[in-house]
Amino acid sequence: MRVAGTAREARAGRMMSAPALAAIALFFFLPAAASLVLSFTDFDIYALADISNLRFVGLQNYERLVENPLFWKAMTNSLLFVVVGTPFVVALSLLAAILVNSHWLKWRPLWRVALFAPYVTTLVATAVVWRYLLHTRYGLVNYLLSLFGVGPIDWLGSPTASLPAILLFVGWKTFGYSMIIFLAALQTVPRELDEAARLDGAGWFMRLRHVTLPAIAPTVLLVSVLTVAAMFQLFAEPYVITQGGPAQSTVTVLYFMYEEGFKWWNLGSGAAVAFILFLCILAVTFVQLHFAKRGGAI
Amino acid sequence: MNVRRTAVTLAAALVALLTIAPLLWMLSVSFMARGEAAQFPPPLLPAAPGLDNYRMLFDSFGVGRFLANSLLVSTLATLLALLFTIPAGYAFAKLRFRGRDAIFRLLVAALVVPGQIGMLPLFLELKAIGLVNSYAGALIPWLAGIFGIFLVRQYCLSIPDEMLEAARIDGASEAQILRRIVLPILTPIVITLALFVFLGSWNDFMWPLIILSDQDLYTLPVALAAMSREHVQDNELMMAGSVVTTLPVLILFLALQRFYLSGLLTGSVKG
Repeated sequence: MRVAGTAREARAGRMMSAPALAAIALFFFLPAAASLVLSFTDFDIYALADISNLRFVGLQNYERLVENPLFWKAMTNSLLFVVVGTPFVVALSLLAAILVNSHWLKWRPLWRVALFAPYVTTLVATAVVWRYLLHTRYGLVNYLLSLFGVGPIDWLGSPTASLPAILLFVGWKTFGYSMIIFLAALQTVPRELDEAARLDGAGWFMRLRHVTLPAIAPTVLLVSVLTVAAMFQLFAEPYVITQGGPAQSTVTVLYFMYEEGFKWWNLGSGAAVAFILFLCILAVTFVQLHFAKRGGAI
Repeated sequence: MNVRRTAVTLAAALVALLTIAPLLWMLSVSFMARGEAAQFPPPLLPAAPGLDNYRMLFDSFGVGRFLANSLLVSTLATLLALLFTIPAGYAFAKLRFRGRDAIFRLLVAALVVPGQIGMLPLFLELKAIGLVNSYAGALIPWLAGIFGIFLVRQYCLSIPDEMLEAARIDGASEAQILRRIVLPILTPIVITLALFVFLGSWNDFMWPLIILSDQDLYTLPVALAAMSREHVQDNELMMAGSVVTTLPVLILFLALQRFYLSGLLTGSVKG
């Protein structure tokens, strides 16, 4: 009975998983692998018209990218987003989580959902909104700053302010997601521990550093890894808010890949960019895991 | 004690207000007359609220068409994703077949590979099949949802084997077991998954931007991005466009937030 049942079970298992696995193989694994192959070809608009124009060119796409200043500009910008943006978003979401987790807070679910709301909004729509919020003369951001005596900042017109401007938007849009993850972790920190530290006279910051942070270290790592990957994948933000400008100060790696592939139809070179992006995400993740292991977080 | 309670709650209220201020401002400006928002200091409320911007969007910019496109693509993406993902997730949790665990490990490892890596070859692949510039092309990536399989599998693991075994002894086929016994238990995770896919496909920008070149097929985000490049000065009109684009998913989320947040936590502990 059991043996016959197992054969039947196995057949059902294969049939139920086959459609999804076929789709994943065809539309996820095959393109990802083909990306590597494509990056060794000179696939361009001529090959798009007639495939016989396609040639294998070895590492030529990579060599050309290394010599392309715009590629380096995009790499530098994306790394800046990662290096500046990750601590910014992680800190923002941790502080929000600590506030919402506070023992003293009334109507917690209300505040939690309000802080999370930007995350589910449509990226393009809110990017359009922020483009106007950041307007030099009529924007609310500069109006708020003017109340504190800070002069009007040319957020979207100056190459030094454009990256912080987009980070401001990205932080606003995404901190709710990490906040929810932090909230779940904070709820596992025993309240007695915090109380004991408080009775010993430890201040807010001391308790954050020596009680809360060590207890949620694995979550901090998880959130940082997720945020790094997200920072490497910025595309719609510069596309809508700054169109990569001014002076290419907000061209990200993905934005560069999009233009290379679908504006200039250099698909071979675009695939090389995609592959480099993947290696970057992988490398940074491994470095984070390495330091976390050495620091004893996991 | 009471002072502390009020202070913390006030702080949270202030942060929350600051967070949703851009959304409130978007809504407010969408009711303003043309050019009204371009003043200093920026007005917070419309002097004479009106629906002119919305009327113009639907009458002259064909936003009704884009709204219908978005609804169609997101609904179909959701249905197809559920159809592909639920049986697979259940099979990976409860049905033993050769290679199952190895395949599942491979899928979990693939979760770290961002979808954009294969975007250019996927475009060429769909061009070869003839799906470029079609609704079907926009739907394709949603069929290959590894995360959904993972979500359903985690949930299925808690179903007791005895329950399935009892149904087998009663003579139920494997398909019947999935439909009559497993599916009802899965209702919460099905809602969560449907919500994820609907919101994800509604908000998606890069893939529809690449695959849809005919303006008649544009989804709302693609259309809005194109409009905002052409009509940079029309502040009030663009805010109305943003409201039309984002309000449906915001309302959907608010109505079903419990399902969304629980799914988000299941997903984040995958590492």
